Amino acid sequence: MQRTLFTHSSLIQIMNADIRQNLRSKWFWTYSILFGGFVAVMFSTGITESQIIGFVGLSRLMVTFMQVSMVILPIYVLITTVRSVVGDRESNVMEYMLSLPVSFSGYFWGKFSAKFLVTYIPVFIALLGAAVYGNFTKLDVPWDLFALYSALLASMIFCFLGISMFISAVSHSQDLAISTAFILWLLLVAFLDLILMGLLLKLRLDAGTVIGLGMINPLQVFRTAVLVLFDPELTVMGAASYFILDTVSRGWFITFAIAYPIILGALFGWFGNYFFKTRDII
Amino acid sequence: MTQQLNNPIIKIEKLSKSFKRQQVIDALSVDFLSDQRIALIGQNGAGKTTLIRCILGQYNFEGKLDVFGLNPRKDRREILQQIGFVPQTPPPIKLTVNELIHFFERITKTDAAAFKNISSKLGLEIDQNLHKPFYKLSGGMKQKLLISFALGRQVKILLLDEPSANLDPQAREILFAQLKNYSKGTLMILSSHRMDEIKDLVNRVIEMDLGKIVLDKLLTNT
Repeated sequence: MQRTLFTHSSLIQIMNADIRQNLRSKWFWTYSILFGGFVAVMFSTGITESQIIGFVGLSRLMVTFMQVSMVILPIYVLITTVRSVVGDRESNVMEYMLSLPVSFSGYFWGKFSAKFLVTYIPVFIALLGAAVYGNFTKLDVPWDLFALYSALLASMIFCFLGISMFISAVSHSQDLAISTAFILWLLLVAFLDLILMGLLLKLRLDAGTVIGLGMINPLQVFRTAVLVLFDPELTVMGAASYFILDTVSRGWFITFAIAYPIILGALFGWFGNYFFKTRDII
Repeated sequence: MTQQLNNPIIKIEKLSKSFKRQQVIDALSVDFLSDQRIALIGQNGAGKTTLIRCILGQYNFEGKLDVFGLNPRKDRREILQQIGFVPQTPPPIKLTVNELIHFFERITKTDAAAFKNISSKLGLEIDQNLHKPFYKLSGGMKQKLLISFALGRQVKILLLDEPSANLDPQAREILFAQLKNYSKGTLMILSSHRMDEIKDLVNRVIEMDLGKIVLDKLLTNT
């Protein structure tokens, strides 16, 4: 009990310190302004008045916002977080911080929590700002879509954070960590449709295998879930999404799309913490 | 964790640590007593910093290392609550001085006034630098602040890894005076290249070379 409370206390203090350091970084402000500015630009250019295949008004804006998030967020989370543990190790910050009565797990999960908050809150505020502004300007606010997208964003950020912290904990240098993260991101992007289609056509794999491969990829899951409610004809999504939604029900897929990345992120986080606390920390 | 004077606070038996194929500490056995002030000397690569990191629980190792009878890897909280540490190189922490002080207050449960008191004696007026990020302070200022954090806490072990490396002569003198007057029941381990500087402060000298103790001598001048 005492140990749990202590870990909790270490976690809060490290999280608090890490949030403060993040708020001072240029990365954070660039990222926040980018997302906030993006919503403002979409409103000012009249995207809510345009219509593409069933998406109109705020729905159209939110779908576009999510498409941009899918491109930017994973690589942003990976690149900014992957240096977290290994960077502290290389700069001797960790040597000093862990000479204090701070538990290994408190340190690791404290940094994890801080990164989650500083990544999620700006995008959530941007999305919420769009909804509030839309409501203020008499647009219909699709609150069900807002809730789904908020959950999907949290889930995806958590997933990539877990992966990133794992890479950071097991890497011996920042360069190696960044390279690994970048290659992983490229692979996930490539597996969205291109490689899956290639496997399907060239190797004549059955659709079930292709669906399975697609559903392992958190980016694919996110992408499919973003469009699942509002594209009943499945016309704007890629081939993999088409196969997935042709196979499973929408309700089941939404649950999966939120739960799976969280479980994946938690698993990677757990393994990352395990490596971190059982190996030499410097 | 109550220790009587002259009981080993740190007990090391056949401690070995290697990195890949390089043996950095080689079957080292030694006891450190609660009232000792130890000069840990040796050339670069002798194993001084590695030994300190093992005591801090930052490295896995072979052999036995007990601090207050506890394992430094498994019982971090209990042990590190009682250790003040000053590193060789101040880390580039991005928190402001004010934020760092509050962080220390909460983590070590020590009042900020204790840190400010020591830093003032070392010639660093914390209040004038509260809003500066720690990493933007000069090397000497950073070191003074870290020394204040270590000495401001009432701990049972002080681990000082080249603590005077970035200090001006006046601050060095004050630091050594502070260390001399520090609580008598505290075990102090000072890693240094300059024995002449600390010879009046210590009552035991341990010289390391290639991961082994090559000299262990009790002094009677303090």
